[in-house]
Amino acid sequence: MNGLIEALVQFGPDLIKATLDTFMMVGATMVSAILLGTPLGIMLFLAAPFGLYPQHAVHRLTSYFVNVLRSFPFIILLVLLIPFSRFLVGTSIGPKAAAVALSIAVIPYFARLVEQNFRDVPRGMVDMAQSCGASPWHIIWKVLIPEAMPGLLASLTVTATGFIAYSAVAGAVGAGGLGDLAIRYGYYRFETNVMIWCVIIMFVLVQATQWLGDGLVRLFDKRV
Amino acid sequence: MIELKQVAKTFGQDEKSVHALHPIDLTIQQGEVVGLLGFSGAGKSTLLRLINRLESPSGGRILVEGQDITHLSESNLRQVRQRIGMIFQQFNLLSSRTALENVLFGIQVSGRAGADATEKAMQALHMVGLTDKTKAYPSQLSGGQKQRVAIARALAMEPGILLCDEATSALDPHTALSILRLLKSLQRERGMTMVVVTHDIKVASYLCDRAIVLEKGRVVDNIDMRSPAPVSLLGKFFFETAKGWTDETVLPEEET
Repeated sequence: MNGLIEALVQFGPDLIKATLDTFMMVGATMVSAILLGTPLGIMLFLAAPFGLYPQHAVHRLTSYFVNVLRSFPFIILLVLLIPFSRFLVGTSIGPKAAAVALSIAVIPYFARLVEQNFRDVPRGMVDMAQSCGASPWHIIWKVLIPEAMPGLLASLTVTATGFIAYSAVAGAVGAGGLGDLAIRYGYYRFETNVMIWCVIIMFVLVQATQWLGDGLVRLFDKRV
Repeated sequence: MIELKQVAKTFGQDEKSVHALHPIDLTIQQGEVVGLLGFSGAGKSTLLRLINRLESPSGGRILVEGQDITHLSESNLRQVRQRIGMIFQQFNLLSSRTALENVLFGIQVSGRAGADATEKAMQALHMVGLTDKTKAYPSQLSGGQKQRVAIARALAMEPGILLCDEATSALDPHTALSILRLLKSLQRERGMTMVVVTHDIKVASYLCDRAIVLEKGRVVDNIDMRSPAPVSLLGKFFFETAKGWTDETVLPEEET
């Protein structure tokens, strides 16, 4: 117990820095998921063979792209993206570079979740909208997104908690963050107490994210 | 007026294709209430959905109020659909919107949402007798109330034609009758043309001037409901069942 408190005093600044790095990496990942993963998911849904606007070639291409990107082990993706990271954020190491790789990795992952959430919207809703003379734009914005919102928020929560843990792998490029700190200090330097603190903070982050996500889902879900 | 000329519908391609509708000729007069009667899979819903082109025909021509809508572009089709209301068996209310917002949906997508949109929606809710439930979400409404909201949504767009796809099939008999009464009075008030898909002869008897009986994608009977004289086995069967089911009731497929 004393050891834990000593570790907190000694490594407090490192823990704070690592927490902030994790926030930055997961934050960038979530922004990318929402801004890039969502439209890709919508495209997958709309262009599907029995979708709203079947586009065989578009769907095939998008689907392949998603599957290829999802097939890469994250470490390999990280290495492959080094030139891209350098171009985008000016560095190929550290939390910024890791944020780039994580932000790319999350796009196809979240797109598939979005696609599934849209499929779960009853087809009758779309029939109704079309019978009212709604345009594709209206159907997406006024029917599909609002009706899928509880599911989308739940998916976003799963993605966020998953990528909090995932960001630890990015330690391989000296990414910083809590996972990296846990490995470098806790594992390699036998500072078990630092590792314990890292795990505790990550647990709190995951718990808080889940709590926030569940709250948002409840707020938007009017189906009960 | 709705005119279907040799309209056919085939789903799928090649050997796997299913003939949902064989070429059908049907004219529905302005202000007429026509029932489409048949078992499930007879093609009655497909026929209904061809009228507002939720389905595209495989052949033939569809004319609505004189306008040929068979090959209309998406944007022109949207204009036509705004004059054709539709209600469904599963109500299809948006779960994320209140009753009032659901009624507003139709007005909003029509691009006619002016300052009086809310007033229009409130009027429509008043007509269906739901002024006290404007802020309720669909999950807080009963089946009958949900269908009233759906009717209000259709009415708010002031349609000349109302399509009803099994609108009372998911409701208990008491609620079903109250919805049918509402539809009847609204139809009389506004002189709307109505096409009513049902498998229930009681619905057709109560609401319709005429019933078209469909069997396996073909019209087998065309019955004047004011003095019904069915000629087909299926038509007769429907009228038999209105008297109640007995051991002697002959099922049409048993006889053929």
